[in-house]
Amino acid sequence: MPEQNLNLDFLNKYSPAANSYNEIAVDGSDLHPEWASFFSSLGKLGTKEIENRADNIQRLLKENGVAYNIYIDSSGGARPWELDPIPQIISALEWSKINTGLIQRAQLFSLILKDIYGQQNLIKDGIIPQELIYRHPGFLRSCVNLNLPNQDNLILYSTDLGRGKDGNLWTISDRAQAPSGYGYAMENRLAMSKVLPELFSDNKVSRLYPFFEALQRALHNIAPNNIENPRIVILTPGSENETYFEHSYLSAYLGLSLVQGTDLMVKDNYVWIKTIEGLEKVDVILRRMDDIYCDPLELKSDSLLGVPGLLQVIRKGNVSIANPLGSSVIENAGLIPFLGKAAKYLLGTDLILPSIATWWCGQPNEMNYVINNLPHLVVRRIYRRKAGVSSAIDGASLTAAETEKLINEIKAHPYLFAGQEKIGFSSTPSWVIGELRPGHSLVRSFLVKNGDSFMAMPGGLTRTSYIKDSFIISNQSGGISKDTWIISNGTDNVRPSKSNIRSTDPNNYLKKDSLPSHTAENIFWVGRYSERLINNARLLHSVMQYVLLNSNQAENSAVANTKKILLETLTHTTYGYPGFVSKKENEANELLKNPWPELSKYLYDEQKDGSLSKNLLYFRKSIYNVRNFLSVDTWRIVRQLDDVWSNAKSNDTHDRLIMMADIDKLNTSIFAILGMNRENVRRAQEWVVLELGRKIEQALFSINFLQNIFKQKTDEQTEHDLLQSVLVATQSMVSYRFTYRDHLQLSLLLEMLVLDMNYPKSLVYLISKIIARINELPKVGNNESQKDAEFLMLEALSLLKTTNGISLSNFDFDSGEYEELNKIFDKVSDKLYEVSGIITKTYFKHTLSHQQLYVS
Amino acid sequence: MLYKIKHTTTYKYEESVPLCHNLAILNPRDFEAQNCQSFDLEIVPNPEIKDNYPDFFGNTVYYFVIEEAHESLVVTSTSIVDVFPMAWKKKPLSLQNWEAVANFMKDVKGEYIDIKQYAYPTQITAISKSIKEYAEKSFTPNRPIYEAVNELNTRIHTDFKYTTGFTTVSTPLSVVMDEKKGVCQDFAHLAISCLLSMGLAARYVSGYLETTAPAGKKKLVGADATHAWFSVYIPEMGWIDFDPTNNKVADEQYITIGWGRNYYDVVPLRGIIMSGHNHKLSVAVEVTRI
Repeated sequence: MPEQNLNLDFLNKYSPAANSYNEIAVDGSDLHPEWASFFSSLGKLGTKEIENRADNIQRLLKENGVAYNIYIDSSGGARPWELDPIPQIISALEWSKINTGLIQRAQLFSLILKDIYGQQNLIKDGIIPQELIYRHPGFLRSCVNLNLPNQDNLILYSTDLGRGKDGNLWTISDRAQAPSGYGYAMENRLAMSKVLPELFSDNKVSRLYPFFEALQRALHNIAPNNIENPRIVILTPGSENETYFEHSYLSAYLGLSLVQGTDLMVKDNYVWIKTIEGLEKVDVILRRMDDIYCDPLELKSDSLLGVPGLLQVIRKGNVSIANPLGSSVIENAGLIPFLGKAAKYLLGTDLILPSIATWWCGQPNEMNYVINNLPHLVVRRIYRRKAGVSSAIDGASLTAAETEKLINEIKAHPYLFAGQEKIGFSSTPSWVIGELRPGHSLVRSFLVKNGDSFMAMPGGLTRTSYIKDSFIISNQSGGISKDTWIISNGTDNVRPSKSNIRSTDPNNYLKKDSLPSHTAENIFWVGRYSERLINNARLLHSVMQYVLLNSNQAENSAVANTKKILLETLTHTTYGYPGFVSKKENEANELLKNPWPELSKYLYDEQKDGSLSKNLLYFRKSIYNVRNFLSVDTWRIVRQLDDVWSNAKSNDTHDRLIMMADIDKLNTSIFAILGMNRENVRRAQEWVVLELGRKIEQALFSINFLQNIFKQKTDEQTEHDLLQSVLVATQSMVSYRFTYRDHLQLSLLLEMLVLDMNYPKSLVYLISKIIARINELPKVGNNESQKDAEFLMLEALSLLKTTNGISLSNFDFDSGEYEELNKIFDKVSDKLYEVSGIITKTYFKHTLSHQQLYVS
Repeated sequence: MLYKIKHTTTYKYEESVPLCHNLAILNPRDFEAQNCQSFDLEIVPNPEIKDNYPDFFGNTVYYFVIEEAHESLVVTSTSIVDVFPMAWKKKPLSLQNWEAVANFMKDVKGEYIDIKQYAYPTQITAISKSIKEYAEKSFTPNRPIYEAVNELNTRIHTDFKYTTGFTTVSTPLSVVMDEKKGVCQDFAHLAISCLLSMGLAARYVSGYLETTAPAGKKKLVGADATHAWFSVYIPEMGWIDFDPTNNKVADEQYITIGWGRNYYDVVPLRGIIMSGHNHKLSVAVEVTRI
């Protein structure tokens, strides 16, 4: 039994916000039993430990890369997700009422949606004003009367609940087209149960995963023609979207492919996904894209995100979409005043959960009321103008000029606005730096279609605001999230959560989804950029090392010459122009004299082509697009790499040794990522593509590097220093000494780096691996392009086999150029580029960009 | 009056196009003043998918997909259409004043929502202060609605200059208002916006005009391509079509393809091609009495 007389310092010091309902207390004095039980377990940890755990939660979330991207931030910044260790707690008794109310509300909205896109009796019989629907931009006329089985219903529905002064819960707004937040809710729970397991063993917290199982069932159930193993994909607008984290999270958690519009195409009245094995039929789409963007043919014609012809496939009943297209029309604040009547009309019952008082300005009296009471209301547009941007304005927060502007807008387009009562949200405690502070919170509930009815997630996503008298709480405007606990009265308490729901369904093991082309392309580039980073970093490191070690030998002409060649090679090989080959008068000379400022740009300057920072940016972009394929551990290293590098970058001074240490750290991380990936790749296809990217990049780098550094025959001392640098840069010194036990010779070095079949860094070895990987690629069509690629690589291999180290190190006495090396390397490099092109064309081929035809 | 209409749309692509999806609203619809006796849609190259269904406004939409590489697309529709005089022409004109109609439109229910849906402005027919002021000159207090609309139709014809090439399908009405010129689409949109500003229901009609003028009569403007005009709802009379381009009340020389709220609801042929390259469009229309 919970202790009623808790004597906890932080609890004694806590005072709830004035003028609002105190969440944790009954009648403002005694603690609710659920809260008492919670605080009792929390108290056992002690303030210091709670603070530690709070930090751990933040660290964990950050490492897992939980983020919320904010569109309006032009830098594309992702804000780290914040989670309060104090949950939002809802008792079993209260939940049973909320649960029934939520289910009723989801059913009601589902029926309203069905009516709007069908008979429209609600409008004909005067229950809902026609204007409210017909003038809502989300009313998609081309979706009316599609009349499809399974598809006129909501699959997911979500609503925000707030608790008023009287302690009652009110619904504030509804989400019905692509509700977001349930992935974040799950991530919150996983973080909490990992960091604060004690709390879960003492308190009976309902588990969340039944919701996700229901979601998966619901998606299976809407598959056309009751297909047994439907291919289900998640359609995302892309990694720029503010909830992209959640899209990739759900993709990994539910085991569904994450696709963008360009990954899909419509042909023969079906939707197809482009994979590296060719086209595969898609049966169900869970969309995270606003409906008007989904089909540029019939909806928003300039949308580049969608799939042309999608609506026709829906019309034919060959693909199902959750939620159905057109459902944004019921994300409509203007509907709220009419819900009571609609519930009577459609369900024959009263609404169980009350909605917050709302006045739709489409009616003259209501409009006047809203205009006259603006400071006391929150004004909402009946549709969101931009995804993720809040549609609510607190009337009291406006200046006189803004108020006038808003009133004019309302008068010009009254049907677009609704005014809502401000309810002072209840006061709920949050853990802020060692103490409890009051905040206001809003709970987002999630419902999923479950047979003929709905299932509410026994939990939710709670967001808290610390701003006094705040009436609008959204992810966009900041705020901290809380795990939401529904206290179970049964045995259904929390158990260790599953990290992947897929494992519950053995059928999923049997089905092998091939890799979407777009994903394959990103993986290929993860391979290429990671090798590019590693190779460039090593080159940079060896150049710096040489410059540093010989800094007191400026008089020595061989040293000066070597230095010059090395710095120029750096510029050529990384394509970091103009760099040390600047054509500007004297600039190159100055840079060669004091290369450090320029070298530091090769590390940290994000604007500089060929810099580590810039390549890291590309690497991150590719890896971010495939993050659903990465294990949590891999992702953690990616995040650590971000931190390490941004710390390194932001240092005021870049000491030479620090620069070299930074390079080491970077390489360690990249290797760790590649190593983790190797252990964790679930599918052969991913590994083949990743390896192809790596080996092609490595081979191209080798050729480029050797050609640049051995442009011309040099004097003996210089050549010796260059050879040494090459061995350092390619980390081949040990192997060289082990193999040849001889002083450094160009012919031997080339023998090893180019022609030694047993040396994993040699060109012939890399090319033989490329051939092996090409053969492991899936056969596409008549298989010709694969054969072409293989043939090109075999040609390259035989070219290399006709030569030897001595021939390669032959130079022309007049020009000093290594003719054989250049001749062979040029050819091999051309062939590598050609193979890269063939692979891109064959396996990564997207549909060409689409465009609208002119109209007459 | 029986007509044969041949309407050819040709797209020439700079580079071959592997896939295109198209929608065509070319099939003249049946209603009390018109009967489409036959309709044939010829598409070259032959599409892999060809389908048709009624759209939200009751027009027939053809959907087709060409799934093989092609350098050009030629869509030819051939229709035989019988056009009859409208029933209202045999009755006396309605003297109902426009305010009464606007009032009636305010609170409609039941099946009338099909009419009321045409009383809402859209982006292209948005109401502005200048448009409302322009309309008010014809909609004086207690004026019979037919008379007011008829005058508005004439005023647009007189005040605006028919000029091809000045506007495109996406030119906003504000430009048309400022420059006082445009083509049939612009005039129809302008008239619709004026009527909506008065609280009335008006729709956009896409169709054809007889190409060759009957002996002794002048050839009508807009006869070489598809034409557009507007229709207003008058409770005692039904939907009445006016053509501001030719300052006419539509008669048997007007062949209707379909209607919607504005041009974008009844685009004759639209499509999305998978290509990043340029293309060219040409249209030819022949309307002959048979």
